[in-house]
Amino acid sequence: MTDSNVSFLGRISLAVGTFFSILGDGEFAARVQRLRSGAPLAETAAPTRAAPAAAPAPAPAPAPQPAAPALKQASPDAALQLLGLLQRDARFIDFVEEDVTAYSDADIGAAARVVHNGCRTVLREHFTIRPVRDEAEGSRVTLPEGFDATAIRLTGNVVGKAPFTGSISHRGWRVEDVRLPKLAASHDTAVIAPAEVEL
Amino acid sequence: MSEPRYSIGIDLGTTHCALSYVDFAGSDGEKTTQDVLPITQLTAPATIDDLPLLPSFLYLPHPSELAPFDLGLPWTGGRDFAVGEMARSRGAATPIRLVSSAKSWLCHPGVDRRAAILPNDAPPEVTRVSPLETSIRYLTHLREAWDHAHPDAPFGEQEITVTIPASFDPAARELTAEAAQTAGYTGMTLLEEPQAALYSWIQKSNGQWRKQVRVGDIILVVDVGGGTTDLSLIAVIEREGNLELHRVAVGEHILLGGDNMDLALAHVVARKLAALGTQPDPWQLRALTYACRSAKETLLSDATVDTVPLVVPSRGAKLIGGSIRTELTRAELTQTILDGFFPQVESAARPVSRARVGLTQLGLPYAQDAAITRHLAAFLGRQVAALAELEGLQAMQPEGASFLHPTAVLFNGGVFKSPLLVERIMQTLNGWLAAEGAAPARLLEGADLDLAVARGAAYYGYVKRGKGVRIRGGIARAFYIAVESAMPAVPGLEPPVQALCVAPFGMEEGTEAELPAQEFGLVVGEPVHFRFFGSSVRRQDQVGTLLDYWTPDELQELEEIEATLPPEGRSPGEVVPVKLHARVTEAGTLELEAIPRGTGERWKVEFDVRGNAGV
Repeated sequence: MTDSNVSFLGRISLAVGTFFSILGDGEFAARVQRLRSGAPLAETAAPTRAAPAAAPAPAPAPAPQPAAPALKQASPDAALQLLGLLQRDARFIDFVEEDVTAYSDADIGAAARVVHNGCRTVLREHFTIRPVRDEAEGSRVTLPEGFDATAIRLTGNVVGKAPFTGSISHRGWRVEDVRLPKLAASHDTAVIAPAEVEL
Repeated sequence: MSEPRYSIGIDLGTTHCALSYVDFAGSDGEKTTQDVLPITQLTAPATIDDLPLLPSFLYLPHPSELAPFDLGLPWTGGRDFAVGEMARSRGAATPIRLVSSAKSWLCHPGVDRRAAILPNDAPPEVTRVSPLETSIRYLTHLREAWDHAHPDAPFGEQEITVTIPASFDPAARELTAEAAQTAGYTGMTLLEEPQAALYSWIQKSNGQWRKQVRVGDIILVVDVGGGTTDLSLIAVIEREGNLELHRVAVGEHILLGGDNMDLALAHVVARKLAALGTQPDPWQLRALTYACRSAKETLLSDATVDTVPLVVPSRGAKLIGGSIRTELTRAELTQTILDGFFPQVESAARPVSRARVGLTQLGLPYAQDAAITRHLAAFLGRQVAALAELEGLQAMQPEGASFLHPTAVLFNGGVFKSPLLVERIMQTLNGWLAAEGAAPARLLEGADLDLAVARGAAYYGYVKRGKGVRIRGGIARAFYIAVESAMPAVPGLEPPVQALCVAPFGMEEGTEAELPAQEFGLVVGEPVHFRFFGSSVRRQDQVGTLLDYWTPDELQELEEIEATLPPEGRSPGEVVPVKLHARVTEAGTLELEAIPRGTGERWKVEFDVRGNAGV
């Protein structure tokens, strides 16, 4: 590249020659296109024969990528039903929707008893909930290889290989049984608490 | 009918029903396979859930109150009423459409039990139902829930036992049997609840009960349910080398139970609130009663707790701003429950009865004295001679005892989950025993307080087939009809009456009394009424015994009985001599028949349940 500045006549000659070369040589045309789009010059300079072969497999991956997990949409009916039960037995929506800023802790505490008592009733009646780990919190446990990573979450200094040894900071909860009431098919679950009109 | 696969026991309670069943195939000897049926019911409109108990409530909704299908059950869409949990919760807000305590109405001698009278405070527009019909609906629901859960073992083909209070009179027993019959219960047997509780205790002990009781024991069963208190005495005797249980006495009908206690507490707290200027409305009072129940349970089960906070939630959406905050203290509980319902009294104490004020509102005849310990003292005092007729037991009671001395106590009913109440009764009873130099009574432990009656009933259906120990005893009363004395009439005086024994004490199921010698003239085609009496203490009277005199404590007047001789083959107005004959059916009901002289005919004599008895 000695000529860094081509003269006007030289440029006319280059333009006319290039014009016909582009029309006649597809590969040349492609190189000009890349040049005009501002692609790095080095690639233009690289031998062009290998380029078409490399294009179909861009990043060389170590293994084929796993298929994306199928997503399921939770049925809103069960969620609405649970909200309805929590409202009915624990006044859950009333409690959460109320503005608590104006009230004293004692007033909020009194209402919290209703909510706590009711929530507990709902949970005990409709679910069987047990800790994932029966050991006391703080006790040390060893997790063998292949432990259930859904049921047990490793935290902190997560390095090395299984078996892992650590202490339980939370025992976890697992629902063993769900006993939600059955609903008539025509029932509108969106009404989680009907308005009450006293006659 | 094929051989039954299950023995089903049904506790038809004042506030809750339960169903338990024993699988014949999985049971052998004293080892039984037993379960409790989760009862499918509506818990809210269009919401179906399975609960261990069926609350004994019936709700009669307004036609526009609910959407279509809101009352549907998995097996039927055609109901226009609700029973169970939904009825209970919905009825709390609309009491004029709620039927409750139907069982207490079923044995209320002052009302017509077949007449549509409930809810008794409903406005005229509400279509009322009868106490009988209400019981039919509960029993029908239980049958349908069973059939839904066990399509391969139809209810009608199983061995069925329905429980009743031991204190039920013959009319109430017959009404219960009639309700069961109408609800499709074929070949059903009635069992007294305290007996069922003892059966359940025997069954739970897995054969160990023989080590916990011995010959000569007198077991007192104290059964305090939601609405009634039921007392029974069961003796342990030996016959042919085997332990045998013999029910020797049952108590009076006492309308007093756990619900009265919750209500009493709620009123104590409501008074406290009123003193502070807060007047709870009826809706809040109900919520308060509910809160008091759980506060009571906390205080009664944990002696270290001194106060339990109570919160009555607001009705509207403002929960924090609108709730009423108060508390229940141990002092209030002790004063109301322990001293009010279980006072420590002398063995000579008797329930206080006030004369009813002239115009009493037509309601349930609740016990006037709330003290269960006084009712207990009266029961044991009245039954002091209960063992006199029982072979081998006469010597067990000391000379000059002023009350019958039990040696063991079995408790039943949810209120006895509280160790404090159990302790209070045991203390009081043992105090009485110590005063007469007798050894303290033992507590029979390990009873299942909530489901014992249903479980015991199912177990009874199983032992009835010869698979275990049975409680004997027969009917716990002798029955009499009034006969006018042949005396010259004295103006201004009612002619004196004599009582003629028609059914002796202790008649067993499936037996007949002898034919008495006395005859009565029945007018053909006209109903003839007899005054009818029962005695829970006269064990020695035989058929034909004629009493000239009795104390009010000995004989209680029951509802009248009514005999009508149909005019077939006779001319109306003709007087036909008949004899009255009693028998106890296999189901456990008392039946009276009129037998005309010289023919093989038998005419059923009806209990008058229309409420015009000598109230």
